This record gives sequence, C-alpha cells and structure tokens, in this order.
Amino acid sequence: MSATHQAAAEQYDYDIIKKFSVMAIVWAVVGMLVGVYIASELAWPFLNFDSPYFSFGRFRPVHTGAVIFGFGGSALFATSYYVVQRTCQTRLFAPGLATFTFWGWQAVIVLAAASYVLGYSQGREYAEMEWPIDLLILVVWVSYMAVYIGTLMQRKQAHIYVANWFYLSFILATALLHTFNNIAIPVNLFTLKSYSLFAGTQDAMTQWWYGHNAVGFFLTAAFLGMMYYFVPKHAGRPVYSYRLSIVHFWALSFMYMWVGTHHLHWTALPDWASTLGATFSIMLLLPSWGGMINGIMTLSGAWDKLRTDPIMRFMIVALSFYGMSTFEGPLMSLKDVNALSHYTDWTVGHVHSGALGWVAMISFGSLYHMIPRLWNTTMHSEKLINIHFWLATIGTLLYITAMWISGISQGLMWRAFDDFGNLQYSFVESVAAMHPFYAMRAIGGMFFLTGMLLMAYNVYQTIRQGVRAEVANARAVAAAA
Amino acid sequence: MGWFANPENTKPIGLLIFFITFCLIVLWVYGSRKRGEKLEEHKNIPFLDDDEVKKDKSNG
Repeated sequence: MSATHQAAAEQYDYDIIKKFSVMAIVWAVVGMLVGVYIASELAWPFLNFDSPYFSFGRFRPVHTGAVIFGFGGSALFATSYYVVQRTCQTRLFAPGLATFTFWGWQAVIVLAAASYVLGYSQGREYAEMEWPIDLLILVVWVSYMAVYIGTLMQRKQAHIYVANWFYLSFILATALLHTFNNIAIPVNLFTLKSYSLFAGTQDAMTQWWYGHNAVGFFLTAAFLGMMYYFVPKHAGRPVYSYRLSIVHFWALSFMYMWVGTHHLHWTALPDWASTLGATFSIMLLLPSWGGMINGIMTLSGAWDKLRTDPIMRFMIVALSFYGMSTFEGPLMSLKDVNALSHYTDWTVGHVHSGALGWVAMISFGSLYHMIPRLWNTTMHSEKLINIHFWLATIGTLLYITAMWISGISQGLMWRAFDDFGNLQYSFVESVAAMHPFYAMRAIGGMFFLTGMLLMAYNVYQTIRQGVRAEVANARAVAAAA
Repeated sequence: MGWFANPENTKPIGLLIFFITFCLIVLWVYGSRKRGEKLEEHKNIPFLDDDEVKKDKSNG
C-alpha cells in the first residue's frame, strides 16, 4: 500500500492538496467555533458584551464565510485538485497558478472576516464581502478555472469522469453568480463602501438568484463531485449507474438556475416569478433523489461496510441528509408552506441539515479518505473517527430538531389572531418562547464542534506520523546508499 | 429583431430550447443499449490508477 501511495505522490502534485486540506480543517474549527458562539449569543444575549465587535450581526457573516468559503471552499479546492489529477492521470496544469489560488483564497477568507468584525458588509447574504475583496475573489477564481480546465485539457484519459463535470459546473456557475451579484459602485476609490447597481425588487431577485445558486452549485454540485469520486473509491466499487449520474448532472444544471425566487414568496416580486421558482423546486426533487439513490446504491451488496467502516458511514449518512434536505427544500418552496416557514428558524434548520448533514459530513468522509493517502500513511485513530461520526450525527439531529420546533412555533405564533382579530402574541413573546430551543441548538453545535476538534487532533497526529515515517525512510535510503 | 427583443416571445422559446435539449440528452443516454454499456464502462475510471483496492465490479 505504501509503495503504491509513494508512486502516486510522485506522479501527482500533492503539495497544493495538502495545503488546502490542512486549511479546510483549520477553517472548520474556526467557523464552527464562531457558529457555536453566535448560537450561544441568541440563547444567552449577555455574550454580546454590549460591544459591536462581539455582536451577532458582525459575527454571523464571519461564521458563514469561514464555514462555507473557508472550510467548504478549501475542501473543494483540495478534493477537486486531487480528483482531476487522479481521474485524468495527469499532473496539475500551471502549479504556480495553483499555489496562487491557495494564498489568494486564504487571503480572501481572512480579509473578509476582518472586514465584517470592523463593520464593513455589503449586506448581501453569503456575499457580504466589499468590492476590493470581490475583485480578489474574481482573480483567484479565474486562476482556479485556468488550472482546472488546463488539467482537463492535458488528460491522458479520453473520457472526463463525471465527478469533474460537477466540479466544472461549480467553477463556472460560481464565476457567473459572483460577477453578477456583486456589480456595485464604490463610493470612492479609497473606501470599502459600495452600493449595488440594482435596486428594490430587482436587487432582491439578483441576491436570491445568487443565494440559492450558491447553495445549488457551491454547496450541492461541487460536493456531488466529491461524492461521485470518493464514495465509489472508498467503497472499492464503481458508482451504481453512470448513466443516472449523467442525467443527474444535466437535470441539476438545467433546473437549479430557476429556483432562487422561492426565497421571495409573498413579496413585491411578480407572482409568476414566484410560481416559477416553486415549480422548478418541486421538479428538482427528482434529480436530487436520483443522485442520492445512485450514491447510496453504490454500496449495494456491501452494506456490511456500514457496520465496520466509520468513513463509509459518514458518506452514506451525508447522502441520507442530502436526500432529506432536498425533500424539505421543495416542500418549503410551496407558497402555502412558505407562508408559515419563511422568516422563521425552520429555514435555519433546513440550511443546517444540508450544511452539517450533507456538506460537512461528505467533506469529513472524503478528507478522512484522502489525508492518509496524501501523507502516505494510515489514519492515526479509527476509534476517534467513529466518535466524531456519532458526535456529528447527534449534533446535527439536535440542531435541526430544535429549529423545527422553534420555527414552526414561531410561524404559528406570528399568524395567531384572537377573537377580536388582533395579533394574539407580541413579537417578544415569540422570542421568549424560543429560548429553550436556542439553548438546544447551541448544545447541538457544541456536539458538532467537539467532533470537529477530535478530527483536527486525529488529522494532526496522522500528518505527524506520515512526516516521521517519511523522514525515517529518507534516512534509511541515505544509510543504504 | 424586434420580435426577439420581446421577453414574452423569447421566454417560451428559451423554455422550449432547454426542455428539448434536456429530452435529447435523456434519449441519448438511455436510447441505445450499446451506447449505455459503453457509458457504464466509464464508471471504472477512478480505479484505473489504483491497485491498492481490490476491484469489485458488482455494480457494473
């Protein structure tokens, strides 16, 4: 095994993948820590310390930026560079440019976090970075696209494996979304402040065209690319149906772009646009479940792996959460359901069933598969992976259950009328009623964060073990020579 | 050109083009048994550079 890995380490460019893998873990710890802190602020508001620098409003984008772009983004850079090389049997195109994508991307995450804490924000969800950071993202992203497409073009394999299609659609769609969502006019060249070129309903529509497609292409398509490589690879079995994966890809690509307007039901948006978003959301259920079934059925005939292999368990539970949240999403996109669920914690729970259950868990599984191979060793402790799995699963379930109860209660309280036609509850009464569930959510987050800390320790020990073995090996070779 | 500038004309045309393209893709994928077998062969690509795991071809 180690001889094979040694050969692979020489054949492929692993250095850049190692860097991104380590930073994915670092950002996961940072982002989840901030997440637990802001969840605790909602349950125990004294944690705001009456300071703008500690306030929920400034820390919330630090959390979303660190977990989505820091953790998720770094994990995607790492796995995409790994998958494209291994499925094309070639080294990365322009390794210098790939190194630039690493430093550029890390700079984006740090600058964005610092600017949020200092109070600079565009106020656009998941795109809060002000214009100079947006321009840096643009340069890094075009470089990433050049490295990825260049590598595909110099492939030694005639066919481009489907995982690369998903990664490529994520790269292309993110470029489009980022550009058009961030068309803004700076107040002047020497200020961070800028204003959107769009206004009113058009601005809202642009934001949610971006927002939902960031979910669709950054947080779904890209991680499906991860799934289509790492699930078969780790299971040691090819994907259940390659044809289904092709239809899955094209159906997602055709449908996702239309659904953003379901975030704007019952607003000034024209009713037809709202209906269009809901219709495409319902249609999306079919490809989403087709993809989930394709991933899970890859284990067909080898279900025993689920009992013995915690990494496989991470991957299959991730697919189950993918199925669950892609059922819940279309349900919430229906106008009548949305009338109850919108602006409530149900939405927050839905996002986290996708983010924790699907995105984070498929990343954990993939990183646990990839990291020992990068350092030519085995994971330091399988027992810790197992404990991580249970902590992550319990944490996710606690989180989403708390948000279901809290969200549906909020929706019902806000629309309740008394016999005289007045609102039955004041807003603050609904806030007070949510308190136990906010505490429960914070505890769920603590479970998830604890699991993440175990992973960071396990990965640290694995890397140390790999580096020590490499040094010992080099010494043995030198002594023999 | 004026006809194309009217969104009421281009929206349904766009929908038709996308829908027909998607149907053609599905037909291309599932329309021929021989092509289907060839497509399914690609599922083994992740294993071509690797001999550490025993290949289990039960899904293909």
